[in-house]
Amino acid sequence: MSPRIGVITFPGTLDDVDASRAVRYSGAEAVDLWHADADLKGVDAVVVPGGFSYGDYLRCGAIARFAPVMTSVVEAAGKGMPVLGICNGFQILCEAGLLPGALVRNEKLHFVCRDQWLRVENNDTVWSTRYDQGAEVLIPLKSGEGGYMADQATLDRLEGDGRVVFRYVGGNPNGSRNDIAGIASESGRVVGLMPHPEHAIDALTGPSDDGLGMFYSALDALVPSA
Amino acid sequence: MVSPHVETPAIDSTARAEQTPDLPQPYVELGLADDEYARIKEILGRRPTEAELAMYSVMWSEHCSYKSSKKHLSYFGKTTTPEMREKMLAGIGENAGVVDIGDGWAVTFKVESHNHPSYVEPYQGAATGVGGIVRDILAMGARPLAVADPLRFGPADAPDTRRVLPGVVAGVAGYGNCLGLPNIGGEVVFDESYAGNPLVNALCVGAMRVEDLHLAHASGTGNKIILFGARTGLDGIGGVSVLASDTFSGDETAGGRKKLPSVQVGDPFTEKVLIECCLELFAKKLVVGIQDLGGAGLSCATSELAAAGDGGMHIDLDQVPLRAKGMTAAEILSSESQERMCAVVSPSDVDAFMAVCAKWDVIATEIGEVTDGEHLVITWGGETVVDVPPRTVAHQGPVYDRPYARPAAQDTVQANTPDSLARPSTPDELRETLLTLIASPNLASKEWVTQQYDRYVRGNTVLAQPSDSGVIRIDESTGRGVAVATDCNSRFVYLDPYAGTQLALAEAYRNVATSGAQPMAVTNCLNFGSPRDPGVMWQFERAVHGLADGCAQLGVPVTGGNVSFYNQTGETAILPTPVVGVLGVVDDVTRRIPTGIGNEAGESLLLLGDTHDEFGGSAWAHVIHQHLGGLPPKVDLERERLLAEILVAGSRDGMISAAHDLSDGGLAQAFVEMVLIGQCGARAILADDQDPFVQLFSESAGRVLVAVPRSEELRFTEMCGARGLPWRRAGVVDPESGSLEIQDIATFGLDELRTAWEGTLPALFG
Repeated sequence: MSPRIGVITFPGTLDDVDASRAVRYSGAEAVDLWHADADLKGVDAVVVPGGFSYGDYLRCGAIARFAPVMTSVVEAAGKGMPVLGICNGFQILCEAGLLPGALVRNEKLHFVCRDQWLRVENNDTVWSTRYDQGAEVLIPLKSGEGGYMADQATLDRLEGDGRVVFRYVGGNPNGSRNDIAGIASESGRVVGLMPHPEHAIDALTGPSDDGLGMFYSALDALVPSA
Repeated sequence: MVSPHVETPAIDSTARAEQTPDLPQPYVELGLADDEYARIKEILGRRPTEAELAMYSVMWSEHCSYKSSKKHLSYFGKTTTPEMREKMLAGIGENAGVVDIGDGWAVTFKVESHNHPSYVEPYQGAATGVGGIVRDILAMGARPLAVADPLRFGPADAPDTRRVLPGVVAGVAGYGNCLGLPNIGGEVVFDESYAGNPLVNALCVGAMRVEDLHLAHASGTGNKIILFGARTGLDGIGGVSVLASDTFSGDETAGGRKKLPSVQVGDPFTEKVLIECCLELFAKKLVVGIQDLGGAGLSCATSELAAAGDGGMHIDLDQVPLRAKGMTAAEILSSESQERMCAVVSPSDVDAFMAVCAKWDVIATEIGEVTDGEHLVITWGGETVVDVPPRTVAHQGPVYDRPYARPAAQDTVQANTPDSLARPSTPDELRETLLTLIASPNLASKEWVTQQYDRYVRGNTVLAQPSDSGVIRIDESTGRGVAVATDCNSRFVYLDPYAGTQLALAEAYRNVATSGAQPMAVTNCLNFGSPRDPGVMWQFERAVHGLADGCAQLGVPVTGGNVSFYNQTGETAILPTPVVGVLGVVDDVTRRIPTGIGNEAGESLLLLGDTHDEFGGSAWAHVIHQHLGGLPPKVDLERERLLAEILVAGSRDGMISAAHDLSDGGLAQAFVEMVLIGQCGARAILADDQDPFVQLFSESAGRVLVAVPRSEELRFTEMCGARGLPWRRAGVVDPESGSLEIQDIATFGLDELRTAWEGTLPALFG
């Protein structure tokens, strides 16, 4: 039986269909999870997709983290369940305390949608084993509040522990500290990033299929013998 | 729950209207003419109540009633043949046109203007423009799939453009991105004539299964009317606020009501939730009829639903959830608060309907029902405030036959040809001309704008700007999709409104075909000056005829459209701007044709079509000489049709690896864009028998530059030859060179071109 990966929909979530498609393309079963339902339906991993949960009229992700489903996600993550937060999902994971730091308004204040090169800085997390260390991948970035911020001590700890998973190359698009595009939890099982791997699963609809590697990586972890 | 009416001293009921037949009413301030007011009295057999006056005035406004354009728009119907109607499931008069694209899929698309609000308040004006057109598409029963925004501004370096453009772009982005709809195309055009009248047009395309088409009607006595979505507030009331003036029963203690802006405020999150809620309601078949609330709010929705049904309707305004205190019946009826829909629901489905709304946290309220009467009756505070035949409000507004006449100055304009303008001739001059043109605001890269738009969301975007048309996959299992392009060169339309509008049609049609799609249907957004100016009306009449005749010739129906008049400052109208949108079908989106070269090893570049010495209204005349005169390029729609057939066949058979239409800036611009978008060098070869300047910069219509893999070249050129489409070799792709070489004239490094093409907008707008 193929692994089951849950994709959460909050009111205002936009990229849930894309995340589910990416899960299916990688060979896993995509399971719809609803914000108001604490039941994770027995999934093996969770993707918190992008969008504007609850309109993001407050700080991005600040309301979503109180949704019943997030209580279950935090609890499951504590027991080692792989979790991937993409864009708004990354913001939610930061708000929920699963990842350190916060995302702030882009340096130039405009929403930015562009095909962005990232360097894989750590291929030893659950969501990055399929990449070569140091590989450069092309993934769409689309966000208005994508600037990664953390205090110096946190940044030093993230860098020192190899928890920066993806870094922007070819220009910092949003003013993120240390050009950080994505980070991992201490265990390497929770990863959040601003770019959208689910939009890079097919050269027909994205700039590359480089994003599939993240979903394949999780599958490898969930099906160790495969 | 607020009880707003208790603060108002006297409700202007129909009974009171009977008793006070001579009460002076501010109909002039509401934009109604003497004879229009007299007609309302004649229809009702009494003076209208305050609420009725509000309804009639807003529904009989130019925006809602098309009173100046109706006479001419009927020409679209007269020129649409039964063959053209074959694939049309809904046409002009519905919320949006719908066409059958095969495999059981129906596609709906429409463009609307939000020009004036966007000048007053750029961000909210543009944002709510997107919101409105998306609800139009939703009201057809379709899932909105993508948006595109044709935008026009004053000169790029004008101070007010710096106020308007960033706000409009941020508004389109802020609303569309949060709504989760990819923005796949559109235009950004600068011209002096738009300085006080920016044009913010918004297009939306949606899809549904053919059997799920929902038309707005309210049939079935006893069916419930449910208002759902946002609460109703004082925003967007516009002219109706005069009803609240102290000469007319207004309640001056209701704090600050008149200080609210008449531009609506958008909430894209509410709309996103509303979309998903509606789609679930459709899927569960809980809706008999549905109508969005846009211009004229509840007045429009209730009168249109009732007029399209077979009975009457009763609405109880006391049930409408409000977000302001002290609103009058007229204000509730006229409010343009965003993100609201009105549904007709069978009584047995009301509970299920409410449950879906509750799931999505959408406020839903039963506000009335379909009756067996013939009137739309609206009560408020227990009294009847509206009692009208709905068709007289919705469909039987005044129709004007406004005078129109070719302006005397038109001959002078056309006689002022560009023939005497100094032309570049030496290689250095041609080189300089090319660099100047590609960096001019109209020809420069629009990435500063488009990178603020999400083009990826929902994962079905196959092509987006800067490609010739936006292409969206509709069916993942078959690869069926649609292409959409909008175009209008208003300088051409100014020089000759009939031919210029056909050129806009030709360009949009060609752009769709250039992406590999078969053009199928046409929509439009006709932006003009004041209809009271006979010269403007002449432009309008000519444009409509040009478009309708052109569509008949191409065999593609006009399925809907929008008219925006009064785009002028003082006596000076904008350049006539009939934006034409064309929808095409792609059987298999994997066959789409991209714009950039370098997709295959070894490509030849072929120029399809004929190039003539045509510079009237060209970018060159405009940018280099600030000249606008003469005649636009010749339009040959038979040639356009042949060209499209070749492109679609070439794409289907894998013979074309890239293609770009030639329009503003001519061949030079097409070459530059193909090499820069493809990030791949090329060598251009000009013909020996024509002036290089004409070859590079003429804007003759009916031309496309295609890249053809070497292995397909013979097959492709034989097809062109056999079908009579002129072509010539125009160059080769040269991936190693890192440059664009125009043989015997100049060589440009790609970096040099990129700096010129991409630098302009960021330098102006930061």
